[in-house]
Amino acid sequence: MSDSSDKGSPLTPAPGSGSGARSSPVTARGRNAFARTTGAAARNDRLFNVFVWAVGIIVILFILGLLFMLLRKGLPQLSWDFLVGLPSEIEEGGGIGPALFNSFYILFLSLAISIPLGMAAGIYLAEFAPDNRFIGFIRICVEGLSSVPSIIFGLFGISLFVDIFHLDLTILGGAVSLAFLNLPMLTRVTEESLRSVPTELKSASFALGSTHLQTIRTVLIPVAMNGIVTGICLTAGRAFGESAVIILTAGVTTSGELWDFNLLSPGETLAVHLWYVQSEAIVPDAGDIAQKATAVLIMIVLAINLVFRLPLWMKARKLKG
Amino acid sequence: MQATALIEINKLNLFYGAFQALKHVSLEIPQRAITAFIGPSGCGKSTLLRTLNRMNDMIPGARVEGSIEIGGTDIYAGDVHVETLRKKVGMVFQQPNPFPKSIYDNVAYGPRLHGITKKRELDEIVENSLRSAALWNEVKDHLKRSALSLSGGQQQRLCIARALAVGPDVLLMDEATSALDPISTIKIEELAQELKDRYTIVMVTHNMHQAARVSHQTVFFLNGEVVEYSATEKLFSDPSDQRTEDYISGRFG
Ligand SMILES: Nc1ncnc2c1ncn2[C@@H]1O[C@H](COP(=O)(O)OP(=O)(O)OP(=O)(O)O)[C@@H](O)[C@H]1O
Ligand SMILES: [Mg+2]
Repeated sequence: MSDSSDKGSPLTPAPGSGSGARSSPVTARGRNAFARTTGAAARNDRLFNVFVWAVGIIVILFILGLLFMLLRKGLPQLSWDFLVGLPSEIEEGGGIGPALFNSFYILFLSLAISIPLGMAAGIYLAEFAPDNRFIGFIRICVEGLSSVPSIIFGLFGISLFVDIFHLDLTILGGAVSLAFLNLPMLTRVTEESLRSVPTELKSASFALGSTHLQTIRTVLIPVAMNGIVTGICLTAGRAFGESAVIILTAGVTTSGELWDFNLLSPGETLAVHLWYVQSEAIVPDAGDIAQKATAVLIMIVLAINLVFRLPLWMKARKLKG
Repeated sequence: MQATALIEINKLNLFYGAFQALKHVSLEIPQRAITAFIGPSGCGKSTLLRTLNRMNDMIPGARVEGSIEIGGTDIYAGDVHVETLRKKVGMVFQQPNPFPKSIYDNVAYGPRLHGITKKRELDEIVENSLRSAALWNEVKDHLKRSALSLSGGQQQRLCIARALAVGPDVLLMDEATSALDPISTIKIEELAQELKDRYTIVMVTHNMHQAARVSHQTVFFLNGEVVEYSATEKLFSDPSDQRTEDYISGRFG
């Protein structure tokens, strides 16, 4: 604390202190002892307030502007035919049906694999793992893996599915590789969320005679759910927009049918299709398709967030009632 | 002591790693009465309380020697099921710690764990427990509301109701009123008075007036040892150990 920050008046002056002379006792008549202070601390406080607001508004405007630019051209042109139509190689008017379907299919499969595994690993690390060097090392590995570039997971996927299992580029390969990409993130988020649950709640549950497993299921996971769902949303959003892994493991083509559940079909997704039409396609309306596909991609990522959060909001509302 | 002893602690030692927190503690706790633990901070009151429902089991490095018998059964024997023990020995903590669930779900939490699923049965347990904890009239119209919307004192009574809902015989209270205002404190003390006819209550308190007001027996601890334990009236009016006298007359601690 520098001298200048000392100017704000304390309620009662410290006896004998020099700075006390500047302030008046609470009981002084005719003066508001609690008047707004005018020292450097108050000025800094106001400046900081303005700064935080300004930055906040700028960031929000930037995000809204970005959304507007991305959606402006594509969104109004969207049609049902485009969403479910088959793509065309040469003429214009192609749709994104199969790619859109593959996006959801692969996302669903990858989450179905990675959420249970990631949560189980997170629960293990938070609740059961002994506190030793080996586990510390595992933790560092998980942390490292969650920031490895996704293309590395793509290369791993190729060597696993194409070189070892001798499969082609398939939906299965894409989904499993994508699951590997999601795993570290989900594991970390689950562990951190569980750790942030207050120990008092854990003790309360144990003191009522619950087993460790019951406590995890009925207290820890429900309380940590908010954090876990945020993590799942982020992961699902990223996985939905992931292209590098899918290009390498599921390919840049579809089987050309709309509802193709075959795990061994090629599995181009919407994000990959977007990259494809922008860089490789020769259809005349490639630009249009890219705009519209962008709009679809963004709307779906927003929708994914909504769908995962809705149950939490409803639960919170019910408790307020 | 005219009441029969429910809990018998015999030459209990407790170590946290190399540190010995309890030394040769031998003690009898009478049934259906209130026993108070007093003593300066860090003397091992909470530690001893936690040995009674084996919550110390979860602290890495904690080790127990000696024996504790509750109703004639050694609770540290190999064939004791900790979960069943904790069902019979409930605990209320220093800070109110309701779950972030509804009032109803908080009280029903324990019974549900132990396999009660019928709504009628649960409703009954919830109502009875809340009545026993003197909270029913205040919350009966909004049982679905979040427990976190209650005041601190109400939350603590909710925690007592939650503990009673699993049907314990013993209720351990670790400074259960120290985070509360005087009126809530009085309410909980009155509640303890009512509950002692049905439950064996052990409470840790820093408030000697509280110990004198509500308990039948008082145990004075110092540095992990029991200095003296006797009927509350005797301990406060005519302590037999000089250290007890020094402590209760406020000369240290
Ligand atoms: N988990 C633990 N690990 C190691 N030492 C501990 C642990 N818990 C308590 N202790 C030590 O054991 C001793 C007794 O602690 P305890 O919490 O039982 O005291 P207390 O009488 O309840 O004190 P207070 O009145 O402050 O609550 C203290 O010296 C404390 O430092
Ligand atoms: Mg304590």
